[in-house]
Amino acid sequence: MHAIADAFVLAVKMIFTGDPEVYSITARTLEISLSSTVIGALLFVPLGCLIYFNHFRGKRTLISIIQTCYSLPTVFVGLLVFLVFSRAGPLGVFGIMFTPQVMVIGQVVLISAIVTGLTISALSGVSPAIRETAISLGASRFQSVWAVLKEARFAVLTAILVGFGRAISEVGLALMVGGNIRGYTRVLTTAISLETGKGEVALSLALGFILVALALIVTVLANRFLRVKEVDVARSQGSAS
Amino acid sequence: MLEVKGLHHRYGKAEILKNIDLGIEQGEVFVTIGPTGSGKTTLLRLVGLLERPTSGHIYFDGHQVNNSERARLEIRRRMAMVSQKPAVFNASVFDNVAYGLKVRKEKGASLSHKVTKALETVGLAGYDRRNAQTLSGGETQRVALARALAIEPELLLLDEPTANLDPVSTSHIEKLVTDVIKRSNMTVMMATHDMFQGQRLADRMGVLVAGQMLQTGNPREIFSSPRGREIAEFVGMENIIAGIITSNEEGIVDIKIDGNAIEAISNFGVGEAVYAGIRPEEITLARTKDTSSARNNFPGEITRIVLFGPLARVEMNCGFHLVALITKRSTEEMNLQTGDRIHASFKATGVHVIKG
Repeated sequence: MHAIADAFVLAVKMIFTGDPEVYSITARTLEISLSSTVIGALLFVPLGCLIYFNHFRGKRTLISIIQTCYSLPTVFVGLLVFLVFSRAGPLGVFGIMFTPQVMVIGQVVLISAIVTGLTISALSGVSPAIRETAISLGASRFQSVWAVLKEARFAVLTAILVGFGRAISEVGLALMVGGNIRGYTRVLTTAISLETGKGEVALSLALGFILVALALIVTVLANRFLRVKEVDVARSQGSAS
Repeated sequence: MLEVKGLHHRYGKAEILKNIDLGIEQGEVFVTIGPTGSGKTTLLRLVGLLERPTSGHIYFDGHQVNNSERARLEIRRRMAMVSQKPAVFNASVFDNVAYGLKVRKEKGASLSHKVTKALETVGLAGYDRRNAQTLSGGETQRVALARALAIEPELLLLDEPTANLDPVSTSHIEKLVTDVIKRSNMTVMMATHDMFQGQRLADRMGVLVAGQMLQTGNPREIFSSPRGREIAEFVGMENIIAGIITSNEEGIVDIKIDGNAIEAISNFGVGEAVYAGIRPEEITLARTKDTSSARNNFPGEITRIVLFGPLARVEMNCGFHLVALITKRSTEEMNLQTGDRIHASFKATGVHVIKG
């Protein structure tokens, strides 16, 4: 109990005294995880829509496979990315192994199934009558899909946040393809792993608190953004009328 | 404005619509009536280009609707549909009503003006900031109607728009259809299972039974001269009695029914099997034999009296089953009771003869 309290105090000190190492690791963690989440959302929300709104053979099987991949081990994804981007791998020519870029790519792969699958679930939760209503009011195919996506916005945001949570909290992949290089690819999770190995449990816990706080802040901000948007829309409509 | 030729539609093995031919003129209110499951909604969905027919053609404004998605979208943007249970977007009332305008790239003051006008028309002025999903059934239906009216469609499709509403909301929606839509010269195609609503609103009606358009015409024709037994039953002609024409003298026929004869006006020939259709409200009841001009007078026994509102439905056995609709006050004044002997009479002109 003492150790946790000490760690908490240390974490607060590190944050408020502006510890450059902590700030640099935190900033890098955010940069990599947010990049992979944004790229993942841009790629896999549309993919989820594409799968949900089209009828094709094997659709159910595909969705089952996607859902199975939710629990893909990060080390396994790390291994695949390592094999692909290592010097001998098919994309080794790019020479991005042990860089933040390859960590982003790995995290995008890691969250692909979660964002795609949860987007499909989010869209399934919207009544089919919504799309039909949009079409009957003159919406094009794209506009009708957008209308459904807007109805599912909270669930889709949840899908993206779950993806972010998975990206920011993974450690196996970051270690394997990032290499935990100080000042370059070291992120909160790999730093925690390293400090724990060195016996610096208090520092590990402090970094852990920061990690949890970061995830919490991003989630709260995303939810607040959605709510503010809602209120803005209502206000602008109120003033327009 | 709208023409439908040889429209067939199937869902799997089930044949929903069979060879529908239909024409609707500009500015006309055409109401399709028919029992639940007769294919009314499917017909509207096909006309509204929400589905593609198994076979047959739809012509809009003289042009055949082809299969290209772009062409269908262009035509769809000239119509609007309001369904029985309208879905509203999880957004403000304003946003819901503005939706059709926004997808047509309308914006700014013009959009605002049209939305406000549509909301005023349906009596929802001041509701614009409310979340549409928090409204009552009647208000939701009015939002759906405002949403359709805001885009000023050339063809408005209404699928049982009052099916789930209370009488006050129903009357409000009906008033909107009669006042606003008729004044704007909008063409309306509506489906309802409520024949009286159809009668109140329609310029012309079509009776759809089991996927077949059995009769089209003005409401008077449909209700007074149904072309077949199914239509007669649907339009409330409760007395439909099978018989055979035994004589025809200058259009006045005798129809033999279980030892009785009903006199009617018809062109059917002797020996033809027919149905004699008599509306319950055409029948008058008397304690003694009527000496009026009514050509048909049958003694019988009251088997059941059902009161509803100011009316009473009196069932009799006159050698054949007969139902009369009289006022509750008459029932009380005549002190009618089950088991009483009574005389039922109706005019020959009140009998509608249908081919058997």
